[in-house]
Amino acid sequence: MRKLTWLAPTLYITFLLMPIYWLLNMSFKTTNEILGTFTLWPQEFTFDNYIKIFTDPTWYNGYFNSITYVLINTVISVSVALPAAYAFSRYRFLGDKHLFFWLLTNRMAPPAVFALPFFQLYSAVNLFDTPIAVALAHCLFNIPLAVWILEGFMSGVPRELDETAYVDGYSFPRFFVRVFLPTIAAGIGVAAFFCFMFSWVELLLAKTLTSVAAKPIAATMTRTASTSGYELGLLAAAGTLTIVPGAFVIYFVRNYIAKGFALGRV
Amino acid sequence: MARKTTNQKAWFLVVPVVVLVAFNAVIPLMTVVNYSVQETFGDNVFFWEGVKWYEQVLHSARFHASLLRQITFTGIILAIEIPLGVAIALTMPKKGFWVSVCLVLMALPLLIPWNVVGAMWNIYALPELGLLGRIINGLGINYNFTQQPIAAWFTTIMMDVWHWTSLVVLLAYAGLRSIPDAYYQAAKIDGASGWAVFRHIQLPKMKRVLTIAILLRFMDSFMIYTEPFVLTGGGPGNSTTFLSIDLVKVALGQFDLGPAAAMSLIYFLIVLLTSWVFYTLMMKNEEQ
Repeated sequence: MRKLTWLAPTLYITFLLMPIYWLLNMSFKTTNEILGTFTLWPQEFTFDNYIKIFTDPTWYNGYFNSITYVLINTVISVSVALPAAYAFSRYRFLGDKHLFFWLLTNRMAPPAVFALPFFQLYSAVNLFDTPIAVALAHCLFNIPLAVWILEGFMSGVPRELDETAYVDGYSFPRFFVRVFLPTIAAGIGVAAFFCFMFSWVELLLAKTLTSVAAKPIAATMTRTASTSGYELGLLAAAGTLTIVPGAFVIYFVRNYIAKGFALGRV
Repeated sequence: MARKTTNQKAWFLVVPVVVLVAFNAVIPLMTVVNYSVQETFGDNVFFWEGVKWYEQVLHSARFHASLLRQITFTGIILAIEIPLGVAIALTMPKKGFWVSVCLVLMALPLLIPWNVVGAMWNIYALPELGLLGRIINGLGINYNFTQQPIAAWFTTIMMDVWHWTSLVVLLAYAGLRSIPDAYYQAAKIDGASGWAVFRHIQLPKMKRVLTIAILLRFMDSFMIYTEPFVLTGGGPGNSTTFLSIDLVKVALGQFDLGPAAAMSLIYFLIVLLTSWVFYTLMMKNEEQ
């Protein structure tokens, strides 16, 4: 009985990997093979779908656009969340609890509610169809999340650290950057991971706020599926490539994920 | 942890966050409120309508149907994902090489763009071309999610379980790792059964992370849009038209701004109220 505990995770991981395998399988097939016969692995193995994506600017620019706004968003979210999380974890001030809850409510706002007003707002400030617009819009749910995670990590650091540093003559900015940030490096990593993740996977707002110049890769895929017939192979290849950045990021933070969940409040 | 000093200057540290979030939250929200009480025939001409749209939405059979579908969907996925996630976390390896392998593979679905998740499941479940569709039809069950509402629901739920159970696993696993070994040794000396260990040691320790897991899964599943939209387009018929899909249909499809705005606010309020009740309970728990 005890020996069988590996069975559940193995079955679960198999369940997780099957659709991904199928996507990968499709991406190496020709359109003829996909539509003609049912095969468990590619019979006429082809890289054509990938070559098309890497040579066609409308495709590869989609990746650049997505990665650009995701990185801008992660940097903005984490850097403004750091001082705020410090304030919430160390001080009591007028309206602090209400403010914290108000921040969290923005994590609860359905993006569908904001799609149209966002379009009008960002058109009005002349940012429509730029990566900055998407990066700023994603702050709506990423900043509250980053504050929440970082506050959890910072509350775990004893206040004696702050007090000793001030006694030693550190000014606040110097203490914050030189002493405090290195102490919660793991927390910053986890917060950045979550910001990257939620900005990378979101599509509704990203699609609403862009048209041509800053179109994210996910939106390029939607267009392919609807206009040029149903090019499943190409769609599968593009889909497979969107998994790659995520897989990289997970690999780098794999040791922090479990730890981060435990220390932080998320 | 508990000692906090009162310091009003702390507001300066919070200002950047408030400015950025307010820009994104307050202005659009005011726009929505504005639309929800007015009628427009285009050309930026608006007429005051009061609460007409709210009454219309609250009495419309269409809204009730979407809301009911939404509640059913959220209820089902919570009932599957939470116990399944806990069960997987309990059986996961405790240390060594396989922990990393499990964590990396399990986190994979969380980082796939939502429309790719929808597209992937579409390809996977197609009755003729998809592996899942072939397997189910091969078992002698007539399955076609583009035509049968039940099959569409089954596929959508399976997709969500595939997509999000790992989040529950990661949270529950983190909760389990925070239990000191001494607890288990004490239980062993007392001769406690596996169930007793779970009920009196593991479950209480996971309480906080599980509350967070339920809250996150509730909010996100209640706001779900992209995955079912790409997978089924809300169909067949309206059978998988959840609240967000319906809202986008009204707002951007029919361009009925007034009703769409009123619906948005009612929708937001439902999520907010439920989450607030949950948040309050959670905070009470933590103080104890």
